[in-house]
Amino acid sequence: MTVFGLSVERIAAMALRYWYLLKGSWPRIVDIAYWPTVQMVMWGFIQTFVAEKSGFFATAFGILLGAVMLWDVLFRSQISLSISFFEEIWSRNLGHLMVSPLRPTEFIAAMIVMSLVRTLIGLVPATFLAIWFFGYSIYDLGLGLVAFFFSLALFGWAIGLAVSGVILRFGMGAENLAWAFTFGLAPFCGVYYPIEVLPAWMEVVSAALPPAYIFEGMRAVLIEQTFRADLIATALIMNVFYLAGGIAFFLWMLRRAKERGMLLQIGE
Amino acid sequence: MRLYSNLIVISNISAFMNAPPPAIVVENLSKTFADLKAVDNVSFSVPRGETVGLLGGNGAGKTTTISMILGLVIPTAGTITVLGHSMATSSHLARRRMNFESPYVDMPKRLTVRENLTVYARLYSVPKPRHRIGQLAADLELTDLLDREFGTLSAGQKTRAGLAKAFINQPDVLLLDEPTASLDPDTADWVRSYIESYLAQHNASILLASHNMAEVERLCSHVLMMVQGRIVDSGRPKDLISHYGRENLEEVFLDIARGQATVAPVMQ
Repeated sequence: MTVFGLSVERIAAMALRYWYLLKGSWPRIVDIAYWPTVQMVMWGFIQTFVAEKSGFFATAFGILLGAVMLWDVLFRSQISLSISFFEEIWSRNLGHLMVSPLRPTEFIAAMIVMSLVRTLIGLVPATFLAIWFFGYSIYDLGLGLVAFFFSLALFGWAIGLAVSGVILRFGMGAENLAWAFTFGLAPFCGVYYPIEVLPAWMEVVSAALPPAYIFEGMRAVLIEQTFRADLIATALIMNVFYLAGGIAFFLWMLRRAKERGMLLQIGE
Repeated sequence: MRLYSNLIVISNISAFMNAPPPAIVVENLSKTFADLKAVDNVSFSVPRGETVGLLGGNGAGKTTTISMILGLVIPTAGTITVLGHSMATSSHLARRRMNFESPYVDMPKRLTVRENLTVYARLYSVPKPRHRIGQLAADLELTDLLDREFGTLSAGQKTRAGLAKAFINQPDVLLLDEPTASLDPDTADWVRSYIESYLAQHNASILLASHNMAEVERLCSHVLMMVQGRIVDSGRPKDLISHYGRENLEEVFLDIARGQATVAPVMQ
């Protein structure tokens, strides 16, 4: 069975490969859920504290917790995709995969599927703990949550593919980029504050980043109880271009790696 | 039928004209990395049902040649056709019917042998994967190892598991890069016997890169001698031995590799 020319069977085979890895190692599962939970607890207490001191946070309770959880959607989507790619390099398995019938686009699709699985494993427990600990449910965002989630995930996948492409080009010496790159975008995305507080030049950068629209949209829901479809639509359209760019960049870097004969040496 | 006028003609002309098209056809293949010419205008073919050995010292260009045939390295010049499919434009069609094994490319260490083989069986769309894995495990004496993690296996066991992966899709074309490197003589002999029995049953074509001359003499009907990226001689092992007036292929190899060959063959 094929969808858009991609073999569902081969995508499922790769997803199965990552699932085997995940289910065979409980520390990996704990690691996936650990940081989102720690962040949620820490920011939950910060929010409880500031809500007691500030009327704004008392009326818009959840603005920090919502932001930290949505930020984690972006970060987990990116890092989960990159880790799937790294698994092949760490295990020196890329050569076997690239000579198999698996197409690079199917490889990308499998990494996206597993990024989704890993992100949900990491975040869903934290969202339920937030309800239990702080009485805050991110699910109160309603259908907007689905739009926020997928928009942020799309951007995370675009960044994850770009970072993986850089690894293909420069080798595992650039591995730390995978962990650090998204955090470098955080100040521009207005995760915890409105974009208007940024200097003019930073606002220009923000305007080019889809997450900035998503976090504005989240604040509109929590503060003004307004669903800003215009912000979501803008982010979605931009994300389509970012994801297409991420895929094109990854495929280009894969081709460059083949030209340079790096696929067999990249894990060494 | 197209006449490959500039190829090293392995079989005699009448046999060539009556035989099916070669499994692998390499024409004017070159690869340059920066200033290094790793493969220099190489042409050869691997007839159906035959095993051709690719011999040469370290850095002779064997692995680069095999990597280009597999699609892991993009050639600087030249064409490669496998089972009638151009590797530049329709490699995915050829890949379903080919496979490879190299001790230098691992499989995921944390997955069990069964899990690894299941993933590859699905990537190659093998019908009834469980049955095929059971069959291969019995043939390669892997049954007791199927539920062991790949990373915990000894070198010999890893080679057998790697061969199971290489034979999972019952390939028509197999590329083996030093398949018995680092194996003890008993295990290496066992591996060669398995390859021989597979060839006898499936009429497959094999391109074998090896440093083990006894292995090459035993398995290969023809050999190609590579020095500094060029094929400097080719022929049947017995013919080469008599041509150079030597006792065995190892002496011929040493003569050619050290530039001490008393008969200067004219190739290409």
